[in-house]
Amino acid sequence: MMAIVGIAIIRTTRLFAVVMLSGVFSLLSALLFVTLDAVDVAFTEAAVGAGISTVLMLATIALTSRTEAKPTRSNVLPLFITVVTGIALVYGTLDMPSFGTPDAPIHTHLVPEYFERIPHEIGVPNIVTAILASYRGYDTLGETVVVFTAGIGVVLLIGGFGHRRRDEDDEEDNV
Amino acid sequence: MRHHLILRVITKLLLAPIILFALYVQFHGDYSPGGGFQAGVILAVAFILFGTVFSLEKVQRVLPPALVHRIMALGALIYAGTGVVSLFVGYNFLDYGALAHDPEHGQHLGILLVEGGVGITVTSVMISIYYAFAGRQPIISDQDW
Repeated sequence: MMAIVGIAIIRTTRLFAVVMLSGVFSLLSALLFVTLDAVDVAFTEAAVGAGISTVLMLATIALTSRTEAKPTRSNVLPLFITVVTGIALVYGTLDMPSFGTPDAPIHTHLVPEYFERIPHEIGVPNIVTAILASYRGYDTLGETVVVFTAGIGVVLLIGGFGHRRRDEDDEEDNV
Repeated sequence: MRHHLILRVITKLLLAPIILFALYVQFHGDYSPGGGFQAGVILAVAFILFGTVFSLEKVQRVLPPALVHRIMALGALIYAGTGVVSLFVGYNFLDYGALAHDPEHGQHLGILLVEGGVGITVTSVMISIYYAFAGRQPIISDQDW
């Protein structure tokens, strides 16, 4: 199903439909994450991927054009790179343990220790939250700062301060 | 935008549950999936929905852009400040055991504060990005899509 949506995204030239289809793609991958028992990731994917980014993409095409531009260069090199990357990724999955194996590295290495330590060290039932906010506190701080920086960047680049600047211009005009 | 009657009624009905759900995800993140990032996005969605269906001016009267920019920094400061507090009490940076006499309670409090900081930052960043995009041009008419 995800492959079908992906092909539909490539084939469509109306950007509105493309944005909607990428929202659908995000929802489908959220379902995939639920199947893999990664509920937190699925939650994020559904909220950010299908929700916010769709709205922001719509706002972007409202500012720019609503149809795809004709490609100016040949498609051969990008196709080659994509196919090679795809083959490499599929080759990589051959080494992964099959779905749901109890003796996969993730179940034997670090996770049992977390399961053992978290109840009496942190006392938070959701292991993901405990790891994210406490054991990986630095990483999450970094992520927050990255989000903050992204916000500042957008505001500075495309002008959330526009109103203030316009007011100043008006004042100058009055003078 | 007078003609979107159904959209406007449904939006009014949905706003309160969305905000409530965001708060639930925020503060119940210790027990169930969710946390600051997801809750922040959901809370931002409430404002973006309001801004999209009604008008940008109305949502900016509730939350002025200058205020959102300040809140954006406040969230990151809450997070880093939690770490600095534990630093001053004599623990490692971001070691929440410092925040209460019982280390386990300290961890609870620390996670709550940190997730709060994350949620505040994510909400205000999302809203300010939306402001920046939507404030550029008048809203295009339905036929233009």
